Amino acid sequence: MSRIKKIFATDTYIIPLIAILLGFLVGAIVMLIGGYDPVAAYSALFKRVFGSPYDFGEAVREMTPLMFTGLAVAFAFRSGMFNIGADGQVMIGMTAASVVGIKLGGVLPAFLLVPLAVIAAGVCGGLWAGIAGYLKAKRGINEVITTIMLNWIALFLSNYIVRTFLLLQGQNRSEDNPASLSMTFLFSTFDNARLHWGTVIALAAATFFYVYLWKTKQGYEMRAVGLNPHAAEYAGMNVGRNVIKAMFISGVFAGLAGAGEVLGVFHYQSVFAASPGYGFDGIAVALLGLTHPLGVILAAILYGTLTYGSAGMSFGADVPPELIRIVIGSIIFFIAAQGIVRWVLKPFYFKRKKEKVL
Amino acid sequence: MKKFYQLSLVMVMAFTVILAGCGNNNNANTNAGAATTAPTTDAAATEAPAATEAPKAVKLGLVTDVGGVNDKSFNQSAWEALQALETESGAEIKYLQSKSNADYEPNLNQFVKGGYDLTWGIGFDLGDAVLKVANENPTANLAIIDSVVEAPNVESVTFAENEGSFLVGVVAGLTTKTNKVGFIGGMESPVIKRFEVGFKAGVLAVNPTANVTITYAGAYDKPDTGKSLAATLYDAGNDIIFPAAGATGNGVFNEAKSRNKAGGTKVWVIGVDKDQSLEFGDDVTLTSMIKRVDEAVKKVSQQVVDGTFKGGTTTVLSLKDNGVGLPETSKANVSAEILAKVDEYSKQIIDGTITVPAE
Amino acid sequence: MSAAAPVVELKQITKRFPGIVANDAISLTLEKGEIHALLGENGAGKSTLMNIVFGLYQPDEGSIEIDGKPVIIDNPNKAIELGIGMVHQHFKLVEPFTVTENIVLGMEPKKGLKIDYKSAAEQVRKLSEQYGLQVNPNAKIHDISVGMQQRVEIMKTLYRGADILIFDEPTAVLTPQEITELMAIMKRLVAEGKSIILITHKLKEIMQISDRVTIIRRGKVIDTVKTSGTNPNELAEKMVGRGVTFKVDKQPAHIGEGILKLSDVRSKSKDGVPVLNGLSFEVKAGEILGIAGVDGNGQSELIQAITGLRKIDSGSITVSGKEIANLSPRKVSEMNVSHIPEDRHKHGLVLDFTVSENMVLETYYKSPYNQNGFLNKDVINQHAEDLVKQFDVRTPSIENKARSLSGGNQQKAIIAREIDKNPTLLIAAQPTRGLDVGAIEFVQKQLIAQRDQGKAVLLISFELDEIMNVSDRIAVIYEGQIVGEVFPQDTNDQELGLMMAGSLKRGGHADV
Repeated sequence: MSRIKKIFATDTYIIPLIAILLGFLVGAIVMLIGGYDPVAAYSALFKRVFGSPYDFGEAVREMTPLMFTGLAVAFAFRSGMFNIGADGQVMIGMTAASVVGIKLGGVLPAFLLVPLAVIAAGVCGGLWAGIAGYLKAKRGINEVITTIMLNWIALFLSNYIVRTFLLLQGQNRSEDNPASLSMTFLFSTFDNARLHWGTVIALAAATFFYVYLWKTKQGYEMRAVGLNPHAAEYAGMNVGRNVIKAMFISGVFAGLAGAGEVLGVFHYQSVFAASPGYGFDGIAVALLGLTHPLGVILAAILYGTLTYGSAGMSFGADVPPELIRIVIGSIIFFIAAQGIVRWVLKPFYFKRKKEKVL
Repeated sequence: MKKFYQLSLVMVMAFTVILAGCGNNNNANTNAGAATTAPTTDAAATEAPAATEAPKAVKLGLVTDVGGVNDKSFNQSAWEALQALETESGAEIKYLQSKSNADYEPNLNQFVKGGYDLTWGIGFDLGDAVLKVANENPTANLAIIDSVVEAPNVESVTFAENEGSFLVGVVAGLTTKTNKVGFIGGMESPVIKRFEVGFKAGVLAVNPTANVTITYAGAYDKPDTGKSLAATLYDAGNDIIFPAAGATGNGVFNEAKSRNKAGGTKVWVIGVDKDQSLEFGDDVTLTSMIKRVDEAVKKVSQQVVDGTFKGGTTTVLSLKDNGVGLPETSKANVSAEILAKVDEYSKQIIDGTITVPAE
Repeated sequence: MSAAAPVVELKQITKRFPGIVANDAISLTLEKGEIHALLGENGAGKSTLMNIVFGLYQPDEGSIEIDGKPVIIDNPNKAIELGIGMVHQHFKLVEPFTVTENIVLGMEPKKGLKIDYKSAAEQVRKLSEQYGLQVNPNAKIHDISVGMQQRVEIMKTLYRGADILIFDEPTAVLTPQEITELMAIMKRLVAEGKSIILITHKLKEIMQISDRVTIIRRGKVIDTVKTSGTNPNELAEKMVGRGVTFKVDKQPAHIGEGILKLSDVRSKSKDGVPVLNGLSFEVKAGEILGIAGVDGNGQSELIQAITGLRKIDSGSITVSGKEIANLSPRKVSEMNVSHIPEDRHKHGLVLDFTVSENMVLETYYKSPYNQNGFLNKDVINQHAEDLVKQFDVRTPSIENKARSLSGGNQQKAIIAREIDKNPTLLIAAQPTRGLDVGAIEFVQKQLIAQRDQGKAVLLISFELDEIMNVSDRIAVIYEGQIVGEVFPQDTNDQELGLMMAGSLKRGGHADV
């Protein structure tokens, strides 16, 4: 218990909490200026998420890819890299899951097919990110640039593969994917909300993230490289190898998000006009979660709640759903600009001090 | 230990805010009837009278694709039809815009589970989601535009876009000065294919030597892509572009306007879905391929209002049904001879003399 | 001009940080025209005090008076307004800007909307004449020497009208010549009516230049004395709190067989310039070989070549007879080579790791720290506890980040880690740079203890005193070559200086 207290009682955890409150406050002010009722809007938002089993299930569905991409960005960040390319890695993961699921659907039994599709998604996402890692390690090319470029390549490559090899005749999408991650046993409870095993895998991934980075030898190396590559090199660690490995693992997380979407949510893959954007939301989630796996999961829950609930806001209170972007943006702003939050907290600190003097 | 106090303080603060929020919420609900607090959107404005006048207003919901109800084209037509119905029959209407493919299902469900009498899915892409939701909720009524969904409780409406596109193709083929015309599609799908094929056939029917360039933007909600594709086509000597790409097409108009303003070769755009000359002006809009999404939405919705909705059928609206065609405003820019030619072809298509290819 | 009003008077300044009292009721007066030295070990509270004077921190208790009037200094702008200027240890200059641009930055003379660089340059020239600060107003900062950069920092404060100058460890980055020049500048400033607070832990400088010294230990003022009435030993004792010997005690060396042997090692920089130019020497068991030389003559490259961080083009490097040239750093480390790096922040520690984690930076992958891929935290922590105790690393706990330790304790942590590896060869690069007297003594004793245990020790240092006091044998490096080998008892500073400048060669296998 005292340990849990210790974890939560530091400044680091208070600041995001305050930032979230301030974010909601800014959103409320904007709503008031726009002539909307913030109280009605926020209650509509939360009602949409927690109002019915179906909506709750769908909100969880919304959170799941954010957990994965948040973890992906956070993991790379812990190793000193900025993975902007989680989006592309998600696409590649989707495509890998589609190819394996559809092409091997008739050949393999489900208990082999599903794990294989999931693993393929993870590995392909990892390899895709690994390209950027390799270029950074061996050629010194900034991973921000390569991952952004790989996003586009991933989008068009995926669309090409779906159109050429997997297309359902007359439709803008692939054939149905026989491999399914859906939690069908929950469908009756949650009113057919598209819950899937991806959520469980995401939680497992967060656990892996924590154990690997803080408990294992390889994680120790990765953190050292992330915090001080020079010292790591002097201490005899292979910096380049760690860079590639970290990007690979980061990409695996993102690729698994793709597997969840294709195998759990849609059961087919659309031809995408633009990448789905989970990777970019993942950056926000990772920041919000202070790049700690537990934080990332919590941040994904918050972010997913807000995003999914925003439709409720427009439905229940006629507030434009874009407004929730202002709330999310403000929260991230306040986390980045910690000084403002500290300033807000200052009176409380003072009060405490005075009490102590008395 | 002091850290713990600090934490408790924040927690208390947080809960206070939340509790205060809940408290206010109740007040707001009870006050809502008495003091109307700034109802700014159309929906909210008429919601209140509907609730008081008719004891049981018909509730109509509409789910757009990612384009949204301000796409100046397809989704907007549909929404305007519902708005018209609202004024006429006092129906309660509401829309939800989808941010991604994943939103289609929950958005449809929001209406279906909210007890709406009819839920519209606007666009080909919503087909899968409409089918799934319809199967899961057999008592709900749904309708879809541009896709055929085989379910007993879904009314499907499609259009013979190829026929209307053929006619604007005729206009383009006879109007072009450079003998080059372009087509910009949203995403490759059977629906857009009908636009493309019909248009091309129309151009070549009247002008066999004309050059028709076909491109796809890959998106319905990217005016910037539309603008750059239009620039490419105009630069290549095309003087008329027919975009069938939702809001992406707005970029084409934009590009054409700035080119005409700058002088040089006069360029044209052919509007799509709605009479877009009303939106973008006669100086760039040669004519429009009207797809009466509004008529369709209104017609099916009216069935629900009247209690005659059946579902399970597919309506194809063609030239014959006035489901597609050219607007009256075309005569501003299209000469009488050309319009006569259009009429001639129109008759031949209706009586079956000409069969316009669809794919 | 009454003697009753000192320029600065600090009264009972107290500043607390979580867990420590950084300044405990410190009082101090600075008279007009005086150089007042503030002496104390790293972490004694000197910098905190000066940051309070400069408005970066607020005191919890106590007051500040300037010219007899009580003031509240709540930000650096206020301090500048009051005529206080600070010359930071780490320069705060914009590298691609010129000297003039840096000096006037933020207070540019304007002509209409444009900056009037002509009059700015003129003002800079005037200032430089008045105080004897030689700078080229149009040179870019990254093109000028460190000493010159410091002069720019000084001129920045003068340009802003400072009458009270605070120098924070100004000599840490300077060459001996530059130090002499700085001393002259400070004298000149005082003669022009400025008052100076000099923060330092170098006794030699204090004796040379200051009028009075205030000694701070663990946040408390120990004493304020007139420099003319004291001596280095007394100051050191007051600073450290016990007697300090400056002469390094050591027994005669028991030299064993050769451990590290370099012959004709050559390596080029990225631009193809030879940095190691046929370098040869040998370090035997039980001896300390000191490498003397002016910075930039291949010392860093030499260490990198031995430790596997740099590829060499030709030549051989052997440890205990085994070739180690161009092996990976880890392979070299596994040959029982320990390395105390030159830059402890950049290369020696992961500052955001805990002390405990830093203690296994090179051995984490070995048993018992690593068990089947998982780190055994209990063993690692126990190991850290042992080392912290054994080497007297002062840290609140082993779970504290290395960043939070003082410089001396960071270095102690590194030395603990390296010595704990029980090396046959210990490479110490500038091991006492930036440390205070107490820590220097500790580090040097550890090096000698290693040598007495029969280890080969290679010491690279820019401090001639250190080379002379600690080494058993001295090799002088010049332009990537060993130009002379001498025994400390047979030579003197002057001779070494000449060799370091490349104008004298002597002994050894310099010209092999």
